[in-house]
Amino acid sequence: MTESIIYSVVLLAVLGGLAAMVLYAVSKKFYVYENPLIAEVEALLPAANCAGCGSPGCKSFADKLVNTEDISALFCPVGGNEVMKSIAEKLGKVVAEKDPTVAVLRCQGSCDVRPKTSLFQGPKSCAISALIYSGETDCQYGCLGDGDCVTACKFDAMYMDESTELPVIITDKCTSCGACVTACPRNIIEMRPRNKRDLKIYVGCLNEDKGGIAKKSCELACIGCSKCIDVCTKGAITIENNLAYIDGLHCTLCRKCVEVCPTHSIVETNFPPRKEKKPEIKEATQESIKTEADA
Amino acid sequence: MLRTFRKGGIHPPDNKLTAGTAIKRLPVPGVVYVPIAQHIGIPSEIIVETKEKVTVGQVIARSGGFVSTNIHAPVAGTVTKLDKIVDSSGYKKQCIVIRTDGKDIANIEETIFPLKKEIALGPKEIISRIQDYGIVGLGGATFPSHVKLAGRPDTQLDYLIVNGVECEPYLTADHRLMLEKAEEIIVGIKIVMLALGINKAIVGIENNKKDAVALFKKLTENESGIQVAALQVKYPQGSEKQLISALLKREVPKNGLPPDVGVVVNNVGTLFAIYEAVQYDKPLTERVVTVTGKKIKNPANFWVKIGTPISDLINEVGGMPEGQYKLINGGPMMGKALKNADVPVTKGTSGILVISEEEALRKEVQNCIRCGECVYVCPMGLEPHLLMSLSEKALFDRALSEDILTCIECGSCSYVCPSNRPLLDYIRFGKLSAKKLEISKN
Repeated sequence: MTESIIYSVVLLAVLGGLAAMVLYAVSKKFYVYENPLIAEVEALLPAANCAGCGSPGCKSFADKLVNTEDISALFCPVGGNEVMKSIAEKLGKVVAEKDPTVAVLRCQGSCDVRPKTSLFQGPKSCAISALIYSGETDCQYGCLGDGDCVTACKFDAMYMDESTELPVIITDKCTSCGACVTACPRNIIEMRPRNKRDLKIYVGCLNEDKGGIAKKSCELACIGCSKCIDVCTKGAITIENNLAYIDGLHCTLCRKCVEVCPTHSIVETNFPPRKEKKPEIKEATQESIKTEADA
Repeated sequence: MLRTFRKGGIHPPDNKLTAGTAIKRLPVPGVVYVPIAQHIGIPSEIIVETKEKVTVGQVIARSGGFVSTNIHAPVAGTVTKLDKIVDSSGYKKQCIVIRTDGKDIANIEETIFPLKKEIALGPKEIISRIQDYGIVGLGGATFPSHVKLAGRPDTQLDYLIVNGVECEPYLTADHRLMLEKAEEIIVGIKIVMLALGINKAIVGIENNKKDAVALFKKLTENESGIQVAALQVKYPQGSEKQLISALLKREVPKNGLPPDVGVVVNNVGTLFAIYEAVQYDKPLTERVVTVTGKKIKNPANFWVKIGTPISDLINEVGGMPEGQYKLINGGPMMGKALKNADVPVTKGTSGILVISEEEALRKEVQNCIRCGECVYVCPMGLEPHLLMSLSEKALFDRALSEDILTCIECGSCSYVCPSNRPLLDYIRFGKLSAKKLEISKN
């Protein structure tokens, strides 16, 4: 009895020893040197693996950061300036500084303002329905409402609003990785500067049709009337193909254009209510974004 | 045993409601909308201005390159505007809008061309005339015909295949044309044979058109170069590659074209258009369109001017039936649903099909049960279920290696799937993305 126990213990010990020796030899023979900096830089990155930087994941981005001489063209949109600064300190290289941005949906075509004229029964995917036709409504520029952007978002920063059939961006969670911008076949989502208290003014429409046709397909369509250009003192607004565009970098958020827009296609979000001397600071909640967009 | 293609294929119900009704001429519409992108290739360039008067057959948009073609005014009238109109693609595209001049004699009276058998032109002149007169493949692909006929220096051609298959259910435009313009089509065949410098042609007609087969056999009795072959009824036999396989037992290589196996395929409608262009200097400004559907009062075939709004055609057959309907440009298998009835007829419109809601509604999508039915019917020997899941998961490089680009989009897989899976929708998306990937790789 004791003999068999001793035998098995000794046998296992010998086997274990042999295996350890083989493993040791192999690990020495096939050792791959990796710059320890890569692991250190990776630890600084947000570990979201969102591919917003252009690399497949944070590890490969760290590898790129360490092994590229000039990293001024590389940027982690999720980590932002803070992370890039700490990486710059670690590596002793110069990084670019970018203004923080946030994804903005440039379409307000909810069901009540943009009537449906046809029915689509194919797979629920914007990419596929965009291939086949211009969407269930008469607007061929607006949101298709199948939620490819929501599927693409890895940060739970988007959801489909069932009453409007439009996606909603939760600004607090948006990391501006750009996955939704790539996923949208209509290029409706734009990365705009992230202002203080999440104040935003933008044209919530992409319809390039002439005024009458645009208005017929959607009540909130931009008709290219150029009233907004006339009131803008900073020259931030341009009109091309019957469509106004507000340059976020020049806009001073004065809200003059919002007041004059006859079709309410210019959207303001998170501004305090007008005619109040002491504006309260609103939290950028989902509800406020939604109600402002609806209004 | 009649010939047919080797792999796959399905037998959808025929529903050829209009096979017995002669082609009528549709009255010239009040306004025509002529899109400038009616063919595969580069869109044509507009050369008319608003308020300009145009005559029938005048060039209004010039060819934009080699794989492109001229577009001619289908009616006499005035160009009222150059606007964007929703066309069969579902998107707004540039169109030339012409208001018809109701007093112009060319719009009121129909010119009758007697049969003219002697061919006065040489091969080069024939091809340049086909190019000038805007002839494109009228079977549905709308590939500019002169490109096909110009041939390639590295290939030796020996056969012209005449496509009179019309395998799409419901459509009878080619069938009626073959019955009514048989002799003209045969002259057209000779014109193309002359242009290509070949002396053998085969007319392939599916055996559900026995009258057309008999007529063509009778008319070509004394023609040594032209054979007529009746084919088994099987969809998608009208596809070039399948037709070549059925008639000549030749296999077009993957990513290849019919000239690689020494063949040029032309549709009967195209040959008739070539006949008119070469013999009578008539540009392609009209075509035969089948307007049909089970609930349509008087389904019929029409000679329609290019640019006629589809609503005019629907009114002519008794208007839209009550309720919700699906309008399809083309046949039920490969046709494309239309956004509205204002879409104009283009060179590629072979039929307008009105399908009722209960026929059109898709059934609930269920999980794939791996029955392999789609693999069995695929005429290109692909694995549609695999291509669909690869497209769904965006694995386009693998889809590329599984030959997704050879799919002819016939829809046989979606037709047979017992789980009602939207196979073709995904494959079409995968094809486009895979093509983009391939271009970015090179």
